[in-house]
Amino acid sequence: MSLIAAAVVAAVAVVIPMVYVVVRALERGWGPFEATLWRARTLQMVVRSVGLAATVTAATLVIGIGAAWLVARTDLPGRRFWRIALGLPLAMPSYVAAWGWIGWRPSLAGPLGAWLVLTTISYPYVYFPVLGALRRSDPALEEAARSLGRAPVRVFLGVTLPAVRIAAVGGGLLVGLYVLSDFGAVSIMRFEVLTQSIYRSYRASFDRTPAAVLGCVLVVLSLVVVMAVTRVHHRARFDRAGTGSSRPAPPITLGRGSLPATLALAGLMVVVFAVPLRSLVLWLDRGRSQTDWSQWWSATTSTLTIAAVAAVATVLVALPIAILSARHAGALSTSVTGLAYAGHALPGIVIALSLVFFGVRFAMPIYQRLPMLIFAYVVLFLSLALGAMHQAIAHAPPILDDVARSLGRTQWQAWWSVTLRLSAPGIGVAAALVCLTVMKELPATLLLRPIGTDTLATRLWSHTSASSYAAAAPYAATILIVAAIPTALLSGVGARDPSADEE
Amino acid sequence: MSSRRRSIWPALVLPIALIAASCGDDDAADDGGDATAGPASSSAAGTAAATPSAPAATTAATSPATTVSTDASATTDGSGTTGGTDSAGTSGTTEGGSLTLYSGRNEELIAPLLEDFEAATGIDVEVRYGNSAEMGAALLEEGDGTPADVFYSQEVGAVGVLAEAGLMAPLPDEVVGLVDERFQPAESNLWVGVTGRSRVIVYNPELVTEAPTGVLELTDPMYEGQVAIVPSNAGFQAFVTAFRVSQGEDAARQWLVDMQENGVITDIESNDDVLAAVDAGDVPIGLINHYYWARLVSERGPDGVTAQLVFPEGDDPGALVNATAAGLTARGAENPDALAFIEYLLSEEGQTYFATETSEYPLIEGVPDPEGVPPLEDLQGPQLDLTDLESLEETQALLTDLGLI
Repeated sequence: MSLIAAAVVAAVAVVIPMVYVVVRALERGWGPFEATLWRARTLQMVVRSVGLAATVTAATLVIGIGAAWLVARTDLPGRRFWRIALGLPLAMPSYVAAWGWIGWRPSLAGPLGAWLVLTTISYPYVYFPVLGALRRSDPALEEAARSLGRAPVRVFLGVTLPAVRIAAVGGGLLVGLYVLSDFGAVSIMRFEVLTQSIYRSYRASFDRTPAAVLGCVLVVLSLVVVMAVTRVHHRARFDRAGTGSSRPAPPITLGRGSLPATLALAGLMVVVFAVPLRSLVLWLDRGRSQTDWSQWWSATTSTLTIAAVAAVATVLVALPIAILSARHAGALSTSVTGLAYAGHALPGIVIALSLVFFGVRFAMPIYQRLPMLIFAYVVLFLSLALGAMHQAIAHAPPILDDVARSLGRTQWQAWWSVTLRLSAPGIGVAAALVCLTVMKELPATLLLRPIGTDTLATRLWSHTSASSYAAAAPYAATILIVAAIPTALLSGVGARDPSADEE
Repeated sequence: MSSRRRSIWPALVLPIALIAASCGDDDAADDGGDATAGPASSSAAGTAAATPSAPAATTAATSPATTVSTDASATTDGSGTTGGTDSAGTSGTTEGGSLTLYSGRNEELIAPLLEDFEAATGIDVEVRYGNSAEMGAALLEEGDGTPADVFYSQEVGAVGVLAEAGLMAPLPDEVVGLVDERFQPAESNLWVGVTGRSRVIVYNPELVTEAPTGVLELTDPMYEGQVAIVPSNAGFQAFVTAFRVSQGEDAARQWLVDMQENGVITDIESNDDVLAAVDAGDVPIGLINHYYWARLVSERGPDGVTAQLVFPEGDDPGALVNATAAGLTARGAENPDALAFIEYLLSEEGQTYFATETSEYPLIEGVPDPEGVPPLEDLQGPQLDLTDLESLEETQALLTDLGLI
């Protein structure tokens, strides 16, 4: 019962932005609502947003699954290095990557540039869960298929892919929703999609109605996608009584394929990092503005503190929902999960304004204080945590709980000592994901941070909007470095299992 | 059941406890952060001023400005020219008072000014920085519950919208009367202009042999596909509003249509990006505000910037001089320190700071204009009242109708 009560608390958090966009969208009645909704431009923006989300998701699935398979299943040289390096693009803020590309090749502006930037920085959303799933799944099945004469390609399609399907779909969902909500890359690449129309509506006319109407459109779009994906999730059961393969599988020999594979991965890294880093060097080289290092230090420490607290808080709020949806899937857990995902598709500015709206009215004592900011991050990134945790808990067999209880443990003790322990890696992944995403977040941080508190992202914004690129460059570089820490931890999760240790 | 109930609550209590704990830490860290940031930045300024001989070229852009502002505050302290405003401002204030400022203006641009104000008055300024429009939206959401006493916006528009929503309190006549009449609201004193900013044409002399002298020329086939505008930018929309108000709706629409037919470039997101594109030679001509260029010059030095400016003459709407504007919230009307701050913005020190540090035009009598740009009196621009620029919604409708936003 108390699990459900806790889930309801989380549900309230995810409902706030939804209530807000509906209230604001209908503030002036149906007339303006419909006027915005049926503008030809709105439809055009929907088509663009969906198109961009779909193409980026497709590309990230190919790259993410391919990279994870190379690292987890083959004898690729330098697998340890690649395992970590391939996840690092997640540390790159979309706006930094986009600045780099447009500075290098201005002609990339448009859909191609937006697709390129979003694909290269978001494929780790697929890579990480698939890598985790590959490590958990029993390679003996694949071995058996091979020994029975199946061609490697058919083994991959018929045995490996189904084993990682759920992880890949979950990752792809995060990518799709992230693309729907992203503002940085699309605005710098000058490709107008729904989020940009929302920002323009605030910036150009101070008019909250069209922005809220477009917010409703985003929510509906994402709910449709989430519902479709949830059906896939609910059809399958993933738990098994053992903890996975106890024996390392012999890696697949790439042979002559190892050179092209290495080159492909190296090329990917160059594409992701070389161009943005080049632009940071240029900023330093060309500019005269100077970084105030005491400000830099204070921004770095507050970024680390805030991100860590936000990660813990988000994981704790997500926990009951993740358990409910993995163990007792029902209307409540499904709708809370659905709304959490839908919230992920809303641009940060909308979530931030919804919290301003509710904060001033119902939470004045914590308004513009750290708890409110942390709560904003929970609302923004709950879906990231839910995705990783749901998967982990779904793989922990409930029967072990029952065994523990039959041996005299209370339900809580059983859960604590069995399920939570088995799902710990997944919970760690959730925390790391939230942590690194918080480090890059800007719009909600700007509006809700305590007065006088600066994060690396707000300083970067402040300097770049004053054209002080040289002063901004160290902040961009620092975001990359500090966000790389949780990202590297993500790559290490699950390395306890024997197959990884044998490398 | 009871054990289960107990079991889950720790999970809920824990984050709250953690948050509370870290909140305390963070407040302390903030105070510490502010305390260290202050001396550090002033010592940096001191170093720049003290070592003008060291890499002279690199400090040239910043150190004279620093010196001027120091000089200015010294002279005003000595001569007491701003005595009138200062005494008016500080009469009702208390040492150790404080005010909360929502600033749509960038921290880099106004933080030193705020430090000067704090040093001069002993009033503590709590400041939240953000984008003017987003901050305006947040102020609208906050309504009467806002913690802000003063809103200082990059454009008249955002304060105007808040004034219309009944969220701003009137300023005394003698405060609003300090500035040039062009930068006062027509009625009701709900905001006051603080600094002036001119719309300009920026062009790349390597690509444009014959620089245009006004925006009306830009529809000439000679400039086909050469001009970049930022339709979503508040400065551009203020210009279009000025066009509509001064030359009529039809003329404004016709100009926009002609520009579209002449292949105007509209997919660049910001003035900064337009300037960068013009400077890099990607785009020959752009419409921006004058200070973007001035700031790029101070970032890179005069030799590092290829782009040049044209200040349109006569009543060309492209010569609109808009203003940054400040106003008191209903809450700020109760706080004498809030008014003291607005008075400081309009004092000789405050205005000199803007002229020298941000290359914006001072709006009070007797403060010299920024260097490198024509004096404010020479900028004519369209005949209109800045309050007329509040008809932003009609501009929006026009731009939307033409598919520009």
